Amino acid sequence: MTDSLLPVDAYLVESLPEVWFGAVLFALGMYVVLDGFDFGIGMLYATRTDEHERETFLSAFGPVWDANEVWLVAFGTMLLAAFPRVYSRLLADNYLLAIGVVLSLVFRGLGPELREQRDDERWKRYADYAFIGGSVFAPLLFGMLAGRWLFGGATLPVVLTGVGLVAVSVVTGAAFLAAKTEPVLASELRTYGIGATLAYLGGVVVLLGTVVLTDAGGAADTVLSLPVAAVVALSIAVGLCGSVLARRGQYRAWLASALALPTLLTILVAILLYPTIYPPTGLLVREAVVSPLALNLVTVLGFPVLVLVLWYFKFLYGVFSGPIEGEGYGG
Amino acid sequence: MGPITLLSAVGPVWAAFLSPELASRMQFGWTISVHIIFASLSIGLAPFIIYFTWKDVRTNEQRYARLRSFWVKVFAAGFVMGTVTGIPMSFQFGTNFPQFAEVAGELIGGPLAFEAKMAFFLEAVFLGVLLYGRDRVENRTYVISSVLVGFGAWLSGFWILIVNAWMQTPRGYEMVTRNGMEVAKLTDPFAAFLTPRMPWMYVHMMNASVISVALLVAGVSAYIVWKKPDTEAWNTALKLAVVLLIVSAPFQAVHGDAYGRHVEDTQPQKFAAMEAHYETGQADLHLLAFPKSPGALTDPRSENLVTVSLPAVGSFLASGGDFDAEVIGLNEYEENPPVALVFWSFRFMVGLGFLFIGLALWGGYLTYRGRLSDSTRYLKAMIAASPLGYAALLTGWYVTEIGRQPWVIQDELRTSEAVSSTLTGAEATLTLVGFVVIYVGLVLTALYVLKWLVREELQALGVRESNEGRWHGPIPGVSDDD
Repeated sequence: MTDSLLPVDAYLVESLPEVWFGAVLFALGMYVVLDGFDFGIGMLYATRTDEHERETFLSAFGPVWDANEVWLVAFGTMLLAAFPRVYSRLLADNYLLAIGVVLSLVFRGLGPELREQRDDERWKRYADYAFIGGSVFAPLLFGMLAGRWLFGGATLPVVLTGVGLVAVSVVTGAAFLAAKTEPVLASELRTYGIGATLAYLGGVVVLLGTVVLTDAGGAADTVLSLPVAAVVALSIAVGLCGSVLARRGQYRAWLASALALPTLLTILVAILLYPTIYPPTGLLVREAVVSPLALNLVTVLGFPVLVLVLWYFKFLYGVFSGPIEGEGYGG
Repeated sequence: MGPITLLSAVGPVWAAFLSPELASRMQFGWTISVHIIFASLSIGLAPFIIYFTWKDVRTNEQRYARLRSFWVKVFAAGFVMGTVTGIPMSFQFGTNFPQFAEVAGELIGGPLAFEAKMAFFLEAVFLGVLLYGRDRVENRTYVISSVLVGFGAWLSGFWILIVNAWMQTPRGYEMVTRNGMEVAKLTDPFAAFLTPRMPWMYVHMMNASVISVALLVAGVSAYIVWKKPDTEAWNTALKLAVVLLIVSAPFQAVHGDAYGRHVEDTQPQKFAAMEAHYETGQADLHLLAFPKSPGALTDPRSENLVTVSLPAVGSFLASGGDFDAEVIGLNEYEENPPVALVFWSFRFMVGLGFLFIGLALWGGYLTYRGRLSDSTRYLKAMIAASPLGYAALLTGWYVTEIGRQPWVIQDELRTSEAVSSTLTGAEATLTLVGFVVIYVGLVLTALYVLKWLVREELQALGVRESNEGRWHGPIPGVSDDD
């Protein structure tokens, strides 16, 4: 019955495994970009003591963070659907890191939810600790997990990947907030944003330098290739341009360039992985991918939905576009 | 003290760690128990949310605005808890049961990815609109958002249960070798996604969620009505919940009975464990069972139980009409699930199910007589019953999941083979402890949130906090804002 609907023995298109490699990385990129600025907001939140400012920060990401976080589940399940071995090895080999990521996300998600339930100073303080702690550790540990994926056991590159994700999250968080808040607050935020941009760019250079010197995960040759050089150069250009835009107070343009940084970072991850999909084991995309019928099915059923999902996001961000009003968004 | 002595001192502590398998199973069981409460809260509340939102927008009546605003807050809190507990679940296949993820990835990965893409996104995106967008979107868009959130919740359950049903009655695949490992290859998507178990499970689970939430709504409403009888909004909610219960509770019993027969057909071992039926042959139906001694709690064999049984009716039910039908006993199998857990969980679930029918009929009678909110006894009974739906739902899951052991994929993959080979007992045990501590905090928090919401509502209705017990007569000095 199904045979006539979908090819059983051949991929719909010859390059479908590569398409899915791209799709999985796309979901990862969406997560790093969208939840990244949520994490950044959470970290910058720690610099605020004024109650009104804190509530402004929470309002900025309140309507969207839940939806943003779903990209992580989309990434995980798409990886499982297309490359089950990579999914299982990645999580099983990095058990404590993976559990650390999910527990950080528990705290990050719970903090703001709990905070608003009670008008009690001490209660709010604990809720804030949970929020800030979760916002720091989630990208740090998630970045380290990505580092382990790329470079295996080499400690320094792994830690640097984690720190890099933290820094880039601060950049996007600051830019997102600057575009949504009043000029006084925004000009303070851009200081953090510019600092984090420079730290991030420096971190990427140090990370790649370390990888070349130590040949971590056998990635030295890839790092010295033209695509990597292009992405790094582009990142530096975008980061510096963004910093200039931020200084000029052009916050919407800054936000656009800031969001390009984690996008480029994801592209870098894709370059470092391909054609393997789990470099420490040398497993190739083509070896790890599921059989044609299964992949064809998730393609035919899943890709139109992915387009629909992007449309929802456009709608959601449209509804909550523009600067945050005094009291945040109405209930 | 040299290193050797130190090691020998630590040794017993090390040995105290659970095995990776046991700790992983406990961890999964525990996290899914907490997750399922919040997931089913979303599923069961969805119809209420849609109805209240629609009525609010359409009639502009205060009571619906009040109910919408209250239950949307509960829904939102439940959804956040569901998300934060659901993300660990989506990782646990990889962290704790990677062999399962790898063997079954091709079969379960698709439905899980569809769950995220088709259902979870829908729910999360439009919940943002529902929570924060009241004055930012048109009325119609707002109502549609509530429908999409509810649809997302029900669709989520659909995809998840496709995965679980496949694990119970796997079809549509063949075992092949890939990268040096025996894995399941998808051969027939229709067979794999629409397994024999799927419709049974979906109907039973969705209805269980509706019953659980109807009891919760009834309990909260009963409490508020008990505190302030003349509140129109909460009388409406109470009546609505009772009506829903009248429909859903008896249906669950009828459906459950037929579902049991299906289990006997497809998973005879699980069915035998549900009835603690050891010897193959004619089976009685134990309506009620009590342990004669504490030992019977852990080893429920009929000679150790005081039972109210219908002779041969077990055979009759299992076969669909034959009193002499042979029912396979547990002695036929080399390895059985923990029979006591399955047996008692099943009794607990069924017992509660009949209690719910009783409560529904009682409520129906009172509604018919127009005395629903006057019967203090009924209000108190509903307050007491409010968490019991979840107790039934969880024990039902234990029957389903523990009853499948030792298999993770029925007759295909053992749970012991599915567990991570690199996981140490220490890692698994310590993270189990972490999950227990954090999730206990989470459940307590959820209960506190509900408590605060109820208290806030009572204050808004003008019931003073010091006011213990039921209020009779008009409340002095309070404007009638309901």
